[in-house]
Amino acid sequence: MRNIQNKEFEKSSMSSIAIVDYGMGNVGSVRNALSLLGAKARVTMQSDDFEAASHIILPGVGAFADGMRELRERGLIDILNREVRDKNKPFLGICLGMELLGSDGVEGGTTQGLDYIRGSVRRFLIDEDAFRLPHIGWNNITTRNAATLFRGIGTHDFYFVHSYILTPEDERDVSATCDYGVVFAAAVERENVFGTQFHPEKSQKAGLAVLRNFLNYHAQ
Amino acid sequence: MLKIRVIPCLTIKGQKLVKSVRFAEHRNIGSYIAAVRVFNVRDVDELILLDLDAHSRGIERWLIEEVTKECFMPVTLGGGVKTIEDVQQLLSAGADKVSMNTGALERPELIREASERYGSQCVVVSIDAKQEGDQWNVYKNGGVISAGKDVVSWAREVERLGAGEILLNSIDRDGVMEGYDTELIHAVAQAVRIPVIALGGAGIPEHCVDAVRAGASAVSAASIFQYTQATPQMIKAALKNAGFPARD
Repeated sequence: MRNIQNKEFEKSSMSSIAIVDYGMGNVGSVRNALSLLGAKARVTMQSDDFEAASHIILPGVGAFADGMRELRERGLIDILNREVRDKNKPFLGICLGMELLGSDGVEGGTTQGLDYIRGSVRRFLIDEDAFRLPHIGWNNITTRNAATLFRGIGTHDFYFVHSYILTPEDERDVSATCDYGVVFAAAVERENVFGTQFHPEKSQKAGLAVLRNFLNYHAQ
Repeated sequence: MLKIRVIPCLTIKGQKLVKSVRFAEHRNIGSYIAAVRVFNVRDVDELILLDLDAHSRGIERWLIEEVTKECFMPVTLGGGVKTIEDVQQLLSAGADKVSMNTGALERPELIREASERYGSQCVVVSIDAKQEGDQWNVYKNGGVISAGKDVVSWAREVERLGAGEILLNSIDRDGVMEGYDTELIHAVAQAVRIPVIALGGAGIPEHCVDAVRAGASAVSAASIFQYTQATPQMIKAALKNAGFPARD
C-alpha cells in the first residue's frame, strides 16, 4: 500500500470502512458520520468486505453477552481475529464495541470478550445515590498526549450512554480518561486497536475529529 | 464533569410540527425538518422527537428516517412503541434511545424485554403526570385516559424493570410556560436513581434552573424554543450562572 503513487487510488483505498453488522443497535449514525467525512462505509457481515476494507469499526449498544453471542453466531469472531490480529488492520470499537475488546464481561452472564485489550468489563462501582446510572450525557475527557485518536483535539465534551466500563490491566492501553464518581477509561488504544466508550458519531465536531484521526491512522 | 442536558422536544401530528397546551389544542407550528436543522446548527445536547399519530396509525418508518438522517446529535424517538419489534425498528432507523409510554403501561414487561435486549441506556419511559388532589396520577393515550397509577410508584416500577431514564411530563404545565412542576420533579427524582428528564412548563431560562434544582438531570422543552427568543444556549448560560455544569 505504501508504495502506490496514485493519490486518488490511495485516498479511496484508505477510506473503505467495514462496519460490523451484528444486530446490536444504531449503526446508521456511524455510517452517516463517516459519509460526512467523505469515507466509504459498508455495514456488513461478509468476510470479503472485511478483507477488502482498510479500517473496521465495531459499534453497538446493548448487553456484553448478547454482543459476543451475535458475533460468534455470525462467524465474525474468526474474521475479526484474522483481519485485526493477524493483518493488523485499524480497528475501532465504540461503546459496547469498546467493551467487547476486553477479556471478559459480566452483563447478561459472565462471557469472554475479544481479548484485544487485557481487562474486565464491570458495572460502574460508584455511589449511585450521588451519581445516577446509566451515565448519560456530555462529559469532558482527559487525553494522553501521544494518543492517536485525540491528535489536534483539546479538552472537549463527548457523548456517553453506558453503565459498564472496561478497565485495562495495562494502564498504557488507556488513551483518555473520564470522571464520573470514579476515573475510568474513556478510550483505549493498543497498536492498531482503538476503542471509545463515548459515541464519536454523536459527539458533533469533536467526535468527527476523533473519527477522522482513526481514518487517518494506518498500521505500520 | 457530567453536564446538565438541555433537550428540545419536537412533537409531530398530521406530518406537521405541533405544540399543545395541556395536551390539547395542538397548533401547527411548521416543518419538523426545518426545526431539526436549526437545532443541528446549534449543536444541541440531544433531541426528543415524538410522533403523536403513531399510537393510532403505527410507526411510519419513512418519517422517522427523514428526521434521523438530519440528526447529528443524540436522538430519542417515541410514539406508538408497543412491542420489542417497534423498539428494534426505531433503533435501526437511527434512534439512540427509544421512548415508550402507553405501550409500557399496558404491558410493563416491554420495559424489561427492551432493556435486556438493547440495554437500559436506550430505554426511556415517558410518564405523563396530572395532579389530582395531593398526588400525581399517570395518564395514557396522550393524556386522555387515567392509567390508575400513582406517578411516584410507577417511576419506581419502571426503574426496577430496567428503564434507563424517565421523561417526566406534566400535563398541567404543558404549553403553559409558567414553570415546571418542581414538586413533581423532586418527588420522582428522589424516588429513583436513574436520570429524570423534566418536561412541561419552561417559559424562561430560569424555569430550567428551577427544574434542575428540584433534581432533574436534564431539561426538555418545546414552547420556549418556538414562541420565545430563548435558545438552548441561553438556558445553559442560566444554568452556569446558577453554578450547574453545562456544555459550551
